[in-house]
Amino acid sequence: MFYRESGDFKKTYKLDSQTFPIKFDRWRYYFVMLVAFIVVPMFLTDYSANAVMIPFLVWAIAALGLNILVGYCGQLSLGTGGFMAVGAYSTYKLMTSFPGMDMISVIMLSGLVTAVVGAFFGLPSLRIKGFYLAVVTLAAQFFLVWLLNKVPWFYNYSASGQISAPQRELFGIVVTGPHATPVAAYLFCLIFAVGLAWIARNLTRGRMGRSWMAIRDMDIAAEIIGVNPLMAKLSAFAVSSFFIGVSGALLFSVYLGAAEVTEAFSINVSFAVLFMVIIGGLGSIFGSFIGAAFMVLMPVLLKNILVGGLGWPTDLAAHFELIIVGGLILVFLIVEPHGLAQMARVLKEKLRLWPFPH
Amino acid sequence: MKFTKLATVALTTIAVSVPVAADLVFPSLSYRTGPYAAGGTPVADGYADYFTLLNERDGGIQGIKTSVPECETGYNTAKGVECYESTKGLGALVYQPLSTGITYQLIPKAAADDIPLLTTGYGRTSAANGSVFSHAFNFPANYWAGASRIINRIKHENGGDIADRNIALLYHNSGYGKEPIPTLKALAEKEGYNLTLIPVDHPGQEQKSQWLQIRRERPDNIIIYGWGVMNQVALKEAANIRYPMDQMIGIWWSGTENDVLEGMASDGYKAATYHAVGNDFPVFDDINEYVVKRGLTAGDGSNVGTPLYNRGLYAAALAAEAARTAQKMHKTANINSGMMRDGLENLVITEEVMTRLGMAGFGPSFSVSCENHGGPGSVGIQQWDASAREWKMIDGFEAPDMDVILPLINADAEAYAAENNIAPRDC
Repeated sequence: MFYRESGDFKKTYKLDSQTFPIKFDRWRYYFVMLVAFIVVPMFLTDYSANAVMIPFLVWAIAALGLNILVGYCGQLSLGTGGFMAVGAYSTYKLMTSFPGMDMISVIMLSGLVTAVVGAFFGLPSLRIKGFYLAVVTLAAQFFLVWLLNKVPWFYNYSASGQISAPQRELFGIVVTGPHATPVAAYLFCLIFAVGLAWIARNLTRGRMGRSWMAIRDMDIAAEIIGVNPLMAKLSAFAVSSFFIGVSGALLFSVYLGAAEVTEAFSINVSFAVLFMVIIGGLGSIFGSFIGAAFMVLMPVLLKNILVGGLGWPTDLAAHFELIIVGGLILVFLIVEPHGLAQMARVLKEKLRLWPFPH
Repeated sequence: MKFTKLATVALTTIAVSVPVAADLVFPSLSYRTGPYAAGGTPVADGYADYFTLLNERDGGIQGIKTSVPECETGYNTAKGVECYESTKGLGALVYQPLSTGITYQLIPKAAADDIPLLTTGYGRTSAANGSVFSHAFNFPANYWAGASRIINRIKHENGGDIADRNIALLYHNSGYGKEPIPTLKALAEKEGYNLTLIPVDHPGQEQKSQWLQIRRERPDNIIIYGWGVMNQVALKEAANIRYPMDQMIGIWWSGTENDVLEGMASDGYKAATYHAVGNDFPVFDDINEYVVKRGLTAGDGSNVGTPLYNRGLYAAALAAEAARTAQKMHKTANINSGMMRDGLENLVITEEVMTRLGMAGFGPSFSVSCENHGGPGSVGIQQWDASAREWKMIDGFEAPDMDVILPLINADAEAYAAENNIAPRDC
């Protein structure tokens, strides 16, 4: 019923190698784009933009970045929070040092700065693997946060070490600061999220992504067949950090508007993004989005149901949120250890055969 | 056709569900969970109980009932944004986020939405400059005033000369804890003492290396800017190395019953405060009669009279008085957030006002103006009496060294204005 694949012949190689070879998937993709770019902005309010959609997009970009590293290249990282902080502080320095610079360049440059930092901290991955690498990246997390907190130059010598994003425009439309309309801020983040997801999808289908996956599946075998581990691992660290840097930049400039490195980019952030990746599905672009949605939207949804709907006291609701979200994580991982993306994949295979399962 | 019907139904539902009776809405961004819950709960209780008292005793403010929708932030800035966005549509008059991090985030947002922020005893210190920060208020005292007052107290104890004294600042390594550093540095230049900075990372459970440093360097005085569990751990470590308690002075967030130790271990520990302690005020009789006895307390009622509860109560009283001022100024009982801002800016707290509130001597007398959103910064000193198990005021409200603080405030405010392209108002 959903997947009517009979008669859908591919007559050229180009058609055969497109991103969504199945017609239904393709149309669904167009539909999602239509909803995201046109329908959602029509219904955005301050609340739905600032508390739901923008955090979702920002965290989805971070999860995409970490998924490239952990899911596609198999290098465990706990430095996400630190790398996001690098992105945020680069943005702050660029915004305040060059007030005329447009926001797209600011965010992209922040991503590049983070990529350089990430590649540097990826160097140990050439010698260290698995849990030991996780510990090294954990050191990156603590070192970067400490550095950004310690050196006053990073926060322009302000008394409290807080950074606040000034107002900036893009083509005359305010995208950061308090006067940004929810639609502008949402679309700004959406363009980055879609663009980066598109890049990630195509990277993982190309030579680079294949070399990452070869390293992930068995690094010695990959080396024997001619994959250069130095290039593969460092490029994974660089690309992943670029994504995470962009996410940190958007988190600070568009979403929060002000940040403090020890609070906004603590070790909890690293874990949260790792959970998004694991719950969403390792090695899946869609999984990064669904994982971010689960970790960001579920607490907000529960809060609105428990406090807004049922009128519970806020402290009780906050505790129950933790219990419910934690319980759901357990349930999902027991039911499907490969994450929500795998559930979607199984569902799709079932639907393709439906109504004639063998 | 069908769609228009659906749309009509949806619109009417929205229209109906908006509360018609316009309450005076004072949202409370509280934290009753997380690492700082022990501090956040009594403040939130005091804040809510005072408005309950107004509703029960006076029928609200000038006949309009108040409501305090609560939103749990967990001291987390991202949740703070969610809380702000979810409550501002209710007609919020003023926000008191009780977190320096959330305050920084809300200062630009609140100014854009024309909603004032009142941060009594926390937040961004330079918000005292009203010409740059039009919608942020931090009267009656701020961190820099507290730091200066603490130095003055140390000076007083040492016969007016603290040159070459070694003073250490043990601080929560966050925006909050770092706030006093510029003031203490400026004062160090003026008074000639040596300042050592000792940061403690969130949440402050682990302070072994810091106290090793203190044991080695033996500073003459320790100033504590801590919050939550950090305070208890600091006092415990101090007791362990037998550091003299009366040489330690905390800021008001480090001076509560939660922070001091069992027994005599913390006897003599001092803390700055901008309001009175204890429950020896007529307002507490009313709270007991109208709120506690009727079972309307926000929490379990066990916090009434503790310093943090009093702080919430005081913050609520100041907000309520500002609302009253706004009602008088605009000659309407139904004020909005813009009018509330005017009320805050023209607030005058005198002894008579405090007596009328049943809080005579509870806080300093002060007035707010267009250029000064911070009040006089009068701060008193309290001391822990372990045998009576209560805090005692040992030094009354006194203005800090404004000659040092004011230039710092103006410099920081100007830097903010330049960074964010704000033209300072003409006051």
